[in-house]
Amino acid sequence: MAPEVKISAQNIDFFYGKTEALKNISIDIYEKQVTAFIGPSGCGKSTFIRLINRMNDLIPGSRVEGQIMMDGIDINHPKTDVVDLRRRVGMVFQKPNPFPKSIYENMAYGLIIGGIRDKAFIEQRVVNSLKRAALYDEVKDRLNDSALMLSGGQQQRLCIARCLVVEPEVILFDEPCASLDPISTRKIEELILELKKDYTIVIVTHNMQQAARVSDYTAFMYLGELIEYDRTEKIFTVPKERMTEEYLSGKFG
Amino acid sequence: MNTQTGLTDNIAVTLQKNVPGRQKLIRTSDITQALGFIFLALCILVALFFLGSIIYFITSRGIAVISWDFLTEVPRRAMTKGGVAPAIVGTFYLTMGAIAFALPLGLASAIYLCEYSPGSVVVNIIRLSINNLAGVPSVVFGLFGFAIFVKILGFGVSILSGSLTLGIMALPGIISASQEAILAVPQSFREASLALGATHWQTIKKVVLPTALPGILTGVILNVGRVAGETAPILFTAATFYTRGYPDSIFSEVMALPYHIYALMTEGTHPEVQTQIAYGCSLILLALVLAISACAIILRQRQRIRYGS
Repeated sequence: MAPEVKISAQNIDFFYGKTEALKNISIDIYEKQVTAFIGPSGCGKSTFIRLINRMNDLIPGSRVEGQIMMDGIDINHPKTDVVDLRRRVGMVFQKPNPFPKSIYENMAYGLIIGGIRDKAFIEQRVVNSLKRAALYDEVKDRLNDSALMLSGGQQQRLCIARCLVVEPEVILFDEPCASLDPISTRKIEELILELKKDYTIVIVTHNMQQAARVSDYTAFMYLGELIEYDRTEKIFTVPKERMTEEYLSGKFG
Repeated sequence: MNTQTGLTDNIAVTLQKNVPGRQKLIRTSDITQALGFIFLALCILVALFFLGSIIYFITSRGIAVISWDFLTEVPRRAMTKGGVAPAIVGTFYLTMGAIAFALPLGLASAIYLCEYSPGSVVVNIIRLSINNLAGVPSVVFGLFGFAIFVKILGFGVSILSGSLTLGIMALPGIISASQEAILAVPQSFREASLALGATHWQTIKKVVLPTALPGILTGVILNVGRVAGETAPILFTAATFYTRGYPDSIFSEVMALPYHIYALMTEGTHPEVQTQIAYGCSLILLALVLAISACAIILRQRQRIRYGS
């Protein structure tokens, strides 16, 4: 009962100018599973997941080689609509980044830029998404307050809810708990486990315990290379590569 | 508890032993610091003294002629009687015209420079040119405005020519301030917007500009406030010594406060009376410019409260 492949990367090389940040990465990411990327800082985890929604397009002088397919569509093909891609692949960032607008405006943003004007429809989507992100009860009485008034953990859940509004298929989490306290972290982790019923989730994390807790598959990267990729329980109990074992046991990193 | 105190004492002793002459060192640097502080405080006092004395001087000499009639009447009897209302109105029109011209142009330039072609050689050259433009003497702007707007484009000596000239003069400052405000918008806001499927332009329109707006407006107001009191740029392009009434179109020439002061002090036949009126005009102009700056400060303050910084 192997899950279906959602995203398939073949021989990906990525360059910042002349620096090669990713070397020949090939990996299949499975539908409605949580895939964690672990590895020391600067190993290319974030760079890789930013290729999936083409956020790296923003970096001048960067270049990607190889192919990433999602549902049979070549993500990097010049004719691929990057706006549509980003609606299908949502992203939650390392630092919570709500807009300096009200909670409601933050939530409605994705729909409004998509040209949706039906207020009742927007409101329904906003409420549903807030509920899905387990934030609704905490904010329902102050939807018109600034999002910046929320705590760090609430802001991050707002960012998750904000990306649910546009109904993506894949959600990328780039170290979502890096700036949060343990309780907020636990809430986000519970949320990720809940969301994987409906979404394909990719998470970058520095926290190995977190990878073990939330993910079904784990990819270990080192210096731009994919060292090992397998089911999480295998990576953490019987890793095939010595480097993986050493990293997991804290010998470097 | 006891052991801990003992430990701290030990560390203190070790420190003193390891760094002989530490006490003396601290004392010298204390004196230097105190001297430095006094020097800086004196500099501020001198600056404040000049600002204060300008305000006092102008107010004490100008306040006598200020009255409701002075603010609302047209000048009479070769400017020795009546008010200066046309000059106030003229300065108002010129300032508004300058904003109407310089705000969209400056904002568009800043957006282009920051968002669409950052870091390229061409942009750096443009940026350098803009900064140089800010250093051009105002009388040169005046002459330029006279040549281009008054003569070549045929707008004549008019509100239009004067507004355009003042606008061009405010432009470098407006572009720089807008650029700063746009660049101060955190990259994470742009990323959040793009990641939600917004286009670059939607991101600029809905996230970058609203966030940068208070900073942009502050820059615009400060720069327009600065040029509103300029005499040289309107000398050949808009201002006239005397009009019977108020301007009726953008092609009318106008009276303006700065030029009116200049005229009162250099022309006419009743120097004593005219000097008094000139101080009155200065007071109005000063109040206008300070009010404009105050608007900018309030805006900036509101922005700080909004972002909690």
